[in-house]
Amino acid sequence: MTYQAPTLADLTAQGKQPEVLFWVGCAGSFDERAKSITVAFIKILNKLNINFAVLGPEEACSGEPAKRAGNEFLFQMQAISNIQILNGYQIKKIVTACPHCFNTIKNEYPELGGYYEVIHHSVFLQQLIDEGKIKMREGGEFKGKKITYHDSCYLGRANNIYEAPRKVLEVLDAQLVEMKRCRTTGLCCGAGGAQMFKEPEPGSKDINVERTEEALSTEAKVIASACPFCMTMLSDGVKNKEKENEVKVYDLAELIAKNEGL
Amino acid sequence: MKYFPQIIFLALLLIASSFIFKSIRRIRRNILLGHREDRSDNTGKRLKTMLLVALGQKKMFKKPLPALLHLFVYLGFIIVNIEILEIVLDGLFGTHRLFVPVTGNFYPFLINVFEFFAVSVIITCAIFLIRRNILKVKRFHAQEMTSWPRLDANIILSIEIFLMLCFLSMNAADYVLQTRGAEHYISTGSFFFSGLLINLFQGFNDKQLVFIERFCWWSHIIGVFAFANYVFYNSKHLHIFISFPNTFFSKLEPAGKFTNMPEVTKEVKLMLNLPVEGPTDSNAPIGRFGAKDVTDLTWKNLMEAYSCTECGRCTAQCPANITGKKLSPRKIMMDTRDRVEEVGQNLDKHGKDFNDNKALLGDYITVEEIMACTTCNACVEACPVNIDPLNIILQLRRYKIMEESQAPASWNMMFSNIENNFAPWKFSPADRFKWIEKLNQ
Repeated sequence: MTYQAPTLADLTAQGKQPEVLFWVGCAGSFDERAKSITVAFIKILNKLNINFAVLGPEEACSGEPAKRAGNEFLFQMQAISNIQILNGYQIKKIVTACPHCFNTIKNEYPELGGYYEVIHHSVFLQQLIDEGKIKMREGGEFKGKKITYHDSCYLGRANNIYEAPRKVLEVLDAQLVEMKRCRTTGLCCGAGGAQMFKEPEPGSKDINVERTEEALSTEAKVIASACPFCMTMLSDGVKNKEKENEVKVYDLAELIAKNEGL
Repeated sequence: MKYFPQIIFLALLLIASSFIFKSIRRIRRNILLGHREDRSDNTGKRLKTMLLVALGQKKMFKKPLPALLHLFVYLGFIIVNIEILEIVLDGLFGTHRLFVPVTGNFYPFLINVFEFFAVSVIITCAIFLIRRNILKVKRFHAQEMTSWPRLDANIILSIEIFLMLCFLSMNAADYVLQTRGAEHYISTGSFFFSGLLINLFQGFNDKQLVFIERFCWWSHIIGVFAFANYVFYNSKHLHIFISFPNTFFSKLEPAGKFTNMPEVTKEVKLMLNLPVEGPTDSNAPIGRFGAKDVTDLTWKNLMEAYSCTECGRCTAQCPANITGKKLSPRKIMMDTRDRVEEVGQNLDKHGKDFNDNKALLGDYITVEEIMACTTCNACVEACPVNIDPLNIILQLRRYKIMEESQAPASWNMMFSNIENNFAPWKFSPADRFKWIEKLNQ
């Protein structure tokens, strides 16, 4: 099948309105590795005939890294401009694969005039599973394999989303193993608070290496993440430990897409 | 002369109370040096949070063993306070064990409960002293745990042990006197825990026993007055009271939600030619963006600084701290408290126009510390009394970035990329939709 990703501009020109907007985010748009997450999620949306659209070239940074870095001006410039576009298209519901965009649009946009139902793709996928649209497959690629899930701070502690990603992983019929620091005590990958965009401060170790060591100690062959920034940090960590041939880091959407044979 | 002990007691009570009252006023004044912030909404939810987190100590139980030990001291504190009520009334009215006639047969039961908790407080405080000084639990020995914070903890634990020992010795001596039918020492029945001590006291004559009993009684109550003053004067132990209002005024929104600065919204809307609500007087003075000193923080930030009992659970969870960076969320809170105390002292000594040319950011907290934060909320989640060090870090960052324009070069690059390319990386906005090429590859 040929996969489609209609833009809001096109749909509007045809007089159509999507049910849900897929907010791709900067990482999902520009980062080579994270583009695969975007593609995997869109394949799932296509397969399940979900009426969605993307902003395409009209999308812009949510302003999240600027806000966390302390640049409130730049954040609000981005936020208010984005809200004008989203409100212009009368968007009601947004799904995104980026916990940072998710947190900002869900929690920080309303005061600035942007009121939307914002869902992270882990919760979106869990809802599809609950509705029976995504099912456990017999003898899938990950059956019986050890998988460990790394909690994203901006899903977990920031928004209390701990169980949805784990429920999504259950569909793989894999063996879920937890790291010692998980859920409310999950260790950050090191990217948040705009650390992604600067060198770490002097210290004895990089945070992503500390976290990767913990993930590797579970002997899982797959580290599942739900955030493009965690993806980068953990992939770098796995490379740092020279385990990239044995251990893979996948996003939830990629795992589901693979399991569905997409 | 008959009323002499009562007069002394009343005088001590008044002196102790007036000093405590003065300390409370000082702390209240210092907290209110912070900016206004409305947290008067959602009373029901706030009460529930307070009951669960402060009274119920819900978050302590993430570490079950320390939580259980802490619970003993906490219950001991609350329950022994009922006994202090009797002691204070006895002191004022010159009576002895005023509650005996009122409570009758229930009295020995009450005292046994008090004594049980007194013993558990002694054992627990001893364990805590061992954890701090002999086992040297890591989180009690970080860089910010300098001599005073460590001494403060040891003083608190030692005083608690001392007070409980006085209480038990007083009861033991009292009971021996009761069995001998000494005057004034009305029969109450035996007490279990102090009963174990009576052999130590049998060798004394009545006069010596009365002296021991009175000495312990006075030491105990004077110790209580002194301890209460110590707690309110300048000790981390203030958490026993202030954690209640502090949890009541907790942030109720998702932890990931950072405040939006309304003064910035106004400017941004004017720049984008959007309608602005409220007065748009461009001559109105705009306050400082972000926080440089404690007076730029909110009253809630400052209340949190006074609520911190330096347990270090935040720092033990901080990914930056774990990997050797200078950031320690506990230090952020301790520095904030030390600085607001200093600002308060300056106010008292030199009046409100005095400027000591010092600030929280720079003289207490360094830029390196706040730059190490990943905003992961681990410290916020870990705090047993809902302190939010992250909010202070964010406000300090805002000052550094917006007022001083001093961001690391790579952040400046990220800012200019967002401004010009609408993405934090240097990609052309025209290439944003190029990911679609991968869709059907």
